[in-house]
Amino acid sequence: MTWRTAKIVGLRDETATARTLTLAIDDWPGHVAGQHVDVRLTAADGYSAVRSYSIASAPSSDGRIELTVERLPNGEVSPYLTQQIMVGDQLEVRGPIGRWFVWDPERAGPIQLVAGGSGIVPLMAMIRWRASASSTASLRLLYSVREPSAIFYHEELRALSSRGNSVDVTYAYTRVAPRDWPRPAGRIDAELISRATWPADLRSSVYVCGPTSFVEHTTELLIAAGQDRQKIKTERFGATGERK
Amino acid sequence: MNASMNYLDGNAAAGELNRIFAFDITAAQGQCVHCGATKHFAEAHLYMTCPGIVARCAGCGHVLLRLVNAGGRVLLDLRGMTYLALDTSPSQDSCV
Repeated sequence: MTWRTAKIVGLRDETATARTLTLAIDDWPGHVAGQHVDVRLTAADGYSAVRSYSIASAPSSDGRIELTVERLPNGEVSPYLTQQIMVGDQLEVRGPIGRWFVWDPERAGPIQLVAGGSGIVPLMAMIRWRASASSTASLRLLYSVREPSAIFYHEELRALSSRGNSVDVTYAYTRVAPRDWPRPAGRIDAELISRATWPADLRSSVYVCGPTSFVEHTTELLIAAGQDRQKIKTERFGATGERK
Repeated sequence: MNASMNYLDGNAAAGELNRIFAFDITAAQGQCVHCGATKHFAEAHLYMTCPGIVARCAGCGHVLLRLVNAGGRVLLDLRGMTYLALDTSPSQDSCV
């Protein structure tokens, strides 16, 4: 797998600390929802750093992908990608990578997505592909975030959830919930899993993405609620890989 | 975050492993030498804080794979897996 040159053709802030980068990539072979790319930055002195970022956009034939990057306080790469990089700048990309944590519209049956923080990114590619392919697969998203201002793609999710054949979105706030929110701020628990995820007997395809501790906690709750372990696919990220 | 939570999935090694293998091995099934569990490589627990990459069995924690980049050479230790079963159907490699 070769490194390809990518040019930044668009930048969009998602939150105070996260930014979406649109990349135009030479000879991009196309991807499926859920895959990631490795990004390589090389300094003038030859020092280079590689990080993995999930693709946020649905597959398209225009040679472009979107990555949403969350700035990590002590990150080496994410501060540059979220604060300094400009339209017209270039970087190197290797991918698409991963054939396991993927969904495509050919797959029948209901979909259950569970996101923790920036774990929404590869799941958003699935939501967008479902919409652009006019898939009728039933989809529920349970999205855990610190507070309302930390939600990525808020307006787009609102629009998608108000259409016919809609995406059913449930937010879970871990630190600060909006006023009048029915549930106090806190981690996802068994009650929320039973209310906001598909019943186990629907045998939905389940995708869980977030920090490692979130994935462990949520997967245990899903299995306790009767979900088939074989139908649950997970993707963890942490500070080590500076993922997402 | 405690040390036991300091891991990612096998998926996170895919970029490095794709330099070596002709197929994406994250969707391949591998059998653990130690406990005999057969799982997708993407399900392995991956430790990247060491000098290189270590993948451990999600079931028993035994080391499945070690990969180290050292001075222009890549050292790959696969003795933790009895075998790897790869899907070679065309649809599996059209995108990689």
